[in-house]
Amino acid sequence: MEEKIQQIISSHKGTKREDLIPVLQKVQEEYNHLPEEAIYTISNQLGIPASKVYSIASFYNLFRFQRTGKYHICLCRGTACHLSKSAELLRKLKKELKIEPGQATPGGLFSIETVPCMGACHLSPILRVNKVYYTKVETSRVKTILNTYRNK
Amino acid sequence: MMMSTITTDTLIEELLLNTTLEISADLQNHLRKLKRISVSKPVIFVGSGTCGHISGAQETLQAISHYLEENKVDAEVVETGCIGMCWAEPLVDIQLPGRSRISYQKVTPDLVTTLLDATLNFNCDQKHILGQYKNDATEPWENIPHMEDLLYFKNQHRRILQHCGKINPYNLEEYIAHGGFKALASTLLSNTPAQVRDTVIKSGLRGRGGGGYLSGKKWEAAALAAGEQKYLICNADESDPGAFMDRAIIEGNPHLLIEGMALAAYAAGTTKSYIYLRSSYELACERILKAINDCKEAGLLGHNILNSGFNLNITIRTGAGAFVCGEETALINSLEGKRGIPRPRPPYPTQQGLFNKPTVVNNVETLANVPGIIAGGAQKYKQAGTEKSPGTKVFAITGKLEKSGLIEVPMGTTLREIIFDIAGGIKKGKAFKAAQIGGPSGSCLVSEHLDTPIEYESLEAIDAIMGSGGLVVVDEDTCMVDLAKFFIDFLQNASCGKCIPCREGTHRMLEILEGITRRPEEGNHKTLDRFKGVMQLEELGRVISETSLCGLGKTAPKPLLSTLKYFSEEFEEHIYERKCRSNICRGLRTYTIDTEACTGCTLCAAKCPENAIIGAPKHPHFIVEDKCNGCGICYEVCKFDAVLLK
Repeated sequence: MEEKIQQIISSHKGTKREDLIPVLQKVQEEYNHLPEEAIYTISNQLGIPASKVYSIASFYNLFRFQRTGKYHICLCRGTACHLSKSAELLRKLKKELKIEPGQATPGGLFSIETVPCMGACHLSPILRVNKVYYTKVETSRVKTILNTYRNK
Repeated sequence: MMMSTITTDTLIEELLLNTTLEISADLQNHLRKLKRISVSKPVIFVGSGTCGHISGAQETLQAISHYLEENKVDAEVVETGCIGMCWAEPLVDIQLPGRSRISYQKVTPDLVTTLLDATLNFNCDQKHILGQYKNDATEPWENIPHMEDLLYFKNQHRRILQHCGKINPYNLEEYIAHGGFKALASTLLSNTPAQVRDTVIKSGLRGRGGGGYLSGKKWEAAALAAGEQKYLICNADESDPGAFMDRAIIEGNPHLLIEGMALAAYAAGTTKSYIYLRSSYELACERILKAINDCKEAGLLGHNILNSGFNLNITIRTGAGAFVCGEETALINSLEGKRGIPRPRPPYPTQQGLFNKPTVVNNVETLANVPGIIAGGAQKYKQAGTEKSPGTKVFAITGKLEKSGLIEVPMGTTLREIIFDIAGGIKKGKAFKAAQIGGPSGSCLVSEHLDTPIEYESLEAIDAIMGSGGLVVVDEDTCMVDLAKFFIDFLQNASCGKCIPCREGTHRMLEILEGITRRPEEGNHKTLDRFKGVMQLEELGRVISETSLCGLGKTAPKPLLSTLKYFSEEFEEHIYERKCRSNICRGLRTYTIDTEACTGCTLCAAKCPENAIIGAPKHPHFIVEDKCNGCGICYEVCKFDAVLLK
């Protein structure tokens, strides 16, 4: 892992403090999340204390410290989606999968994330599983959607 | 086909640097092609902004390519940005040689064959037609309305969005053919930075990110500040839920932003600039990167632009998902690789910003206004809008509207015009209840404000803010307490935690709201306590606004206090009667079973988590109100519609 991260850092052409966030972004892209080891490696490479690296990574919503599920569900919690009852949708998802947003199911099949506004408010409420969008989702459809992935 | 010998360099040479106004016939012809006044083969445009993509534009695009291949049709396919008619996506426009460009709405892949079959044979599909574009050089289609005459466009004044959704955002030449970079070229050749600032100050352009500060003055402050190195930052960290103005500008016409940035950088004396782009804007990122590279290659960015000696580099930085980074000092911290927490002001960024150097932070829409101002002059710019708020404003209109999308109207347009003339009124003919302007930090406007002109001053007078352009309209079925709770919940999550009034205050506000929307438990949440919470809300809100460090905290109580002001009745109902008239607040819902309709199938009783439903099989069931927690499972599972919301 150390080598790979070194590669990422050297390809970024910068080892200053302001390069930290772009580097973290690239590391997360590579590993799906920020593994503990990566935090230490980045800290050594950029000469920033690990506590600082963690402090910054944990501040931003983008970064996560746990792997996402095989099927990552993003639920839009923008205003238009809220008006179209996305809160009910979230409740249903949580109940079906027995996890909270930011967590993955024990088998690693699903994970939930809530995002603020995907920008297609005319189709609210919107749910995205990996790269597939589901629009105008009614609560009753949640189970069917999940089942298509469970049976894959 | 013969390849044209006219290159981007020729275009720049002839259109931007040529001071004599003679344009060769060859170039004239080439420009007509670039502007698609006339086309030599069919051109198919597919609306491919993010809204188009989510609506399925990619699938439609594939179906079109497949059709063209199968039927051996020689046609050009162009992906455009969003024209603003998000409700009609996926949009497909077709321009045949000699004919005007026509626009179809909601073109799903299965429609592609019938639609193209008809149109390529000069018949149009009446069912999905939206309209045709005016074009004097071509034969119009019969009995098809002009796009410009549609109610949706008729009441708009499109300056920034003029080319969005019409031109190819990947093609620099098209932008130049439409007059792009002319303002930059003439400025670099013959105007001083002070002249640019002067024009922009005179135009009265105010920051469109929400602040409303005179942009020209901001540049002046940075230009006059001491120091060699100065920075320009374009704030594209658009994170308001329900706002997508900046994204649409970048996706639809990225070159416009680049030209605006170049002009701003020149005026403020900066040579390095950043675009701080929201992390999830992948498509916008791809398009702006391509545009920046193309401009660099053409000599419109980078070292010694157009041989004028002016240098500018634009670097893209993607955000990492923090709402507070929309605040300029928090954004600067984030760019420096720190936690995105705001800095106390003064010193203002124009004195000490990024890396402690003078820095100008402008919003995307503000910068996109600049080329138009420089090209047409301050006076022309002021022809739209009101005296103190000149120009136009882009709004993302969403919520319970017939037509959700992106519009651009002159400042001073009323809410009524936007909702009823442009957006076609409220969905399903319901009544208008309120509009939230300015996103989560904004205020709600009610029916008495429908005729208030939307501009900085008149909004301030009714204690509202312009914000960045999010406008969410809600109908009679919406619970205002729940909506206020939604905004406060959002802001509480977004609070960076640096200052106590915002961090703790938003938390308390949320707690109070949760208290009044929760099902009362025995012994807790007595009516008096709930009421006391609401009594303290105003005081709490005042303290938060007055003592918070940055804009986020200062405006955080706004959505709640404004709702409380106009809908106090609804709050009281929640507190005293424990009733939510819209049946949105789950904790206050009560259900009954229609004994006539109930067949006694026992399904609801089996599913009820509280065992609150009793009854013998094949006999009508009942709900024990005291035990019911309002979850609504019985309502969902009943196959006979026998469970009713009271």
